[in-house]
Amino acid sequence: MDTLLNRYRNITVLLLVILAQLVLLAYQVKNNQDVRIIRLWAVTAVTPVARVVEGVRSGVAGLLGNYIFLKDAREQNRRLRQELARVKLENQFLKNELATADRAQALLKFQAQTPSRTLAARVIGIGATANSRVVFVDRGSTAGVQKGMAVITPDGIVGKVLASFPTASEVLLVTDPTFAAGVISQKHHVRGTLKGQGFGSCRVDYVQNEETVEVGEWFYTSGDDRIFPKGTPVGRVTVVRPGPQNKEIYVDPAGLQGGLEEVLIVLDAVHQAVPEAQTASTSVYLAPPPPPDSTAEPALPPGATEADRLREHYREVGEAQGHKFGEGLPGSKPPDFNLKVPPAQERKPAAAAQAPQAPQVPNPAAAAPASRTP
Amino acid sequence: MSRGERLMFSSQRESEISRFRARVLFAVPLAAILFQVYVPLFFEFLAYLELPLLVVVYFALMRRSPVGGLFIGALVGLAQDSLSRNPLGMFGIVKTLVGYFAASVGMRFDVDHPFIRFALGFFFFLFHQFFYWVLARGLLGLPVSFEIQRTLVLGLLNAVVAVSLFHFLDKLKERG
Repeated sequence: MDTLLNRYRNITVLLLVILAQLVLLAYQVKNNQDVRIIRLWAVTAVTPVARVVEGVRSGVAGLLGNYIFLKDAREQNRRLRQELARVKLENQFLKNELATADRAQALLKFQAQTPSRTLAARVIGIGATANSRVVFVDRGSTAGVQKGMAVITPDGIVGKVLASFPTASEVLLVTDPTFAAGVISQKHHVRGTLKGQGFGSCRVDYVQNEETVEVGEWFYTSGDDRIFPKGTPVGRVTVVRPGPQNKEIYVDPAGLQGGLEEVLIVLDAVHQAVPEAQTASTSVYLAPPPPPDSTAEPALPPGATEADRLREHYREVGEAQGHKFGEGLPGSKPPDFNLKVPPAQERKPAAAAQAPQAPQVPNPAAAAPASRTP
Repeated sequence: MSRGERLMFSSQRESEISRFRARVLFAVPLAAILFQVYVPLFFEFLAYLELPLLVVVYFALMRRSPVGGLFIGALVGLAQDSLSRNPLGMFGIVKTLVGYFAASVGMRFDVDHPFIRFALGFFFFLFHQFFYWVLARGLLGLPVSFEIQRTLVLGLLNAVVAVSLFHFLDKLKERG
């Protein structure tokens, strides 16, 4: 080291002296902006270094800051994800609650409207067997549930009670392969037997190929099985095609659409008429019917013929004269068929008061066979 | 011995360092500076003589020490700056370099030779003027011009004066 210094001693001293004078010079001299050269040099010499140092410092600080920020962001992201998951669950819960409330309200409304006496039940479990389509509801024999009772929803039939336990019941769903029920189509009144297939859709059997069934047509219960009250929706036809012996008709069970949580167990079934199919175009204006003409014959009810009118007239004549058709012996006095009987409107209140009640189906559990499944 | 070899050192004796008394080292530069400052007030044409420069070159050549030469140059230059309008350091830097290089050259050439002295006087005058012009433009940003012909003429003039001055200053050497 000493040798090196001795070797370059002269030039080192020269540079030092020059540098010292440069500093001295720069201290005195000002530039055109009245700034001393030494300050200009100092700033010029220091600022790049300071810029580099600041760049390094800011880079390191930024790196550390970003790292910490990213660490915080990661933590925040994790926390937000948890919160989002919680909110999603809460939202789903609230949606379910709302849907449950809606379903319960719809169920109550349907329960109030339907003439059948029903019992609301909640599905509490499903069958343990993979192939069977059964569910358990929280109403059993203590609530009056009996084997064979129909289980429905406002949307359609669900199944029937397969077994009744004190606090629960086992319900066989319409999709179970062993399920069967009598159905009738809404538009063409085609009768058939609804059978489950083990999956989503059901099949309507025993419909002749000559019968007319359209896709989209609704099937209702026919009441023939003595389980389901007549007029309960079953489902909409999705597939119709001619088969080797009978039509192949597939129906989407409406009662199972949108999940199954609340059901109605029909304790006392009351048959209803199958609702008429709506016309395709409901927006066509129909004028009100003309007023009844007193001189003209009363209008025939829909679907009636002149023979029906004549038979009704004879019945009224017979009732007016106390004659019972089919009971008089040959040669006895016939009723006066020219008797003028009062118009039907005047006798309507009295007739309505004497009209028989709607047919009541007895308790299906008592009347139906033990099992109608094939 | 060829002519070129005579310009170089031919013996150890010729390369010996000349020594001066301290008062000589102090008084001669001071006198040169005073001459540079005051004499042109009365004889304007003498302003073209760079006596401080010539004194620095002489002492650097004679001392044959770069460090000594640069310090002599620095001190003379700073003194000259302090007595002029220049910022301190302009002549100091230039004369520092002159003293350093002059001492370096004096280690290789026979600086007692009049031709060498003339040549070195001429060369270092040009060097001094050029480097001062560089510093003036580079550091101070002064709009000064470098007139080559005028500089060459003044260089010759100073070189002639240098030969005479150096001969006079040789008388002030310490006699060993």
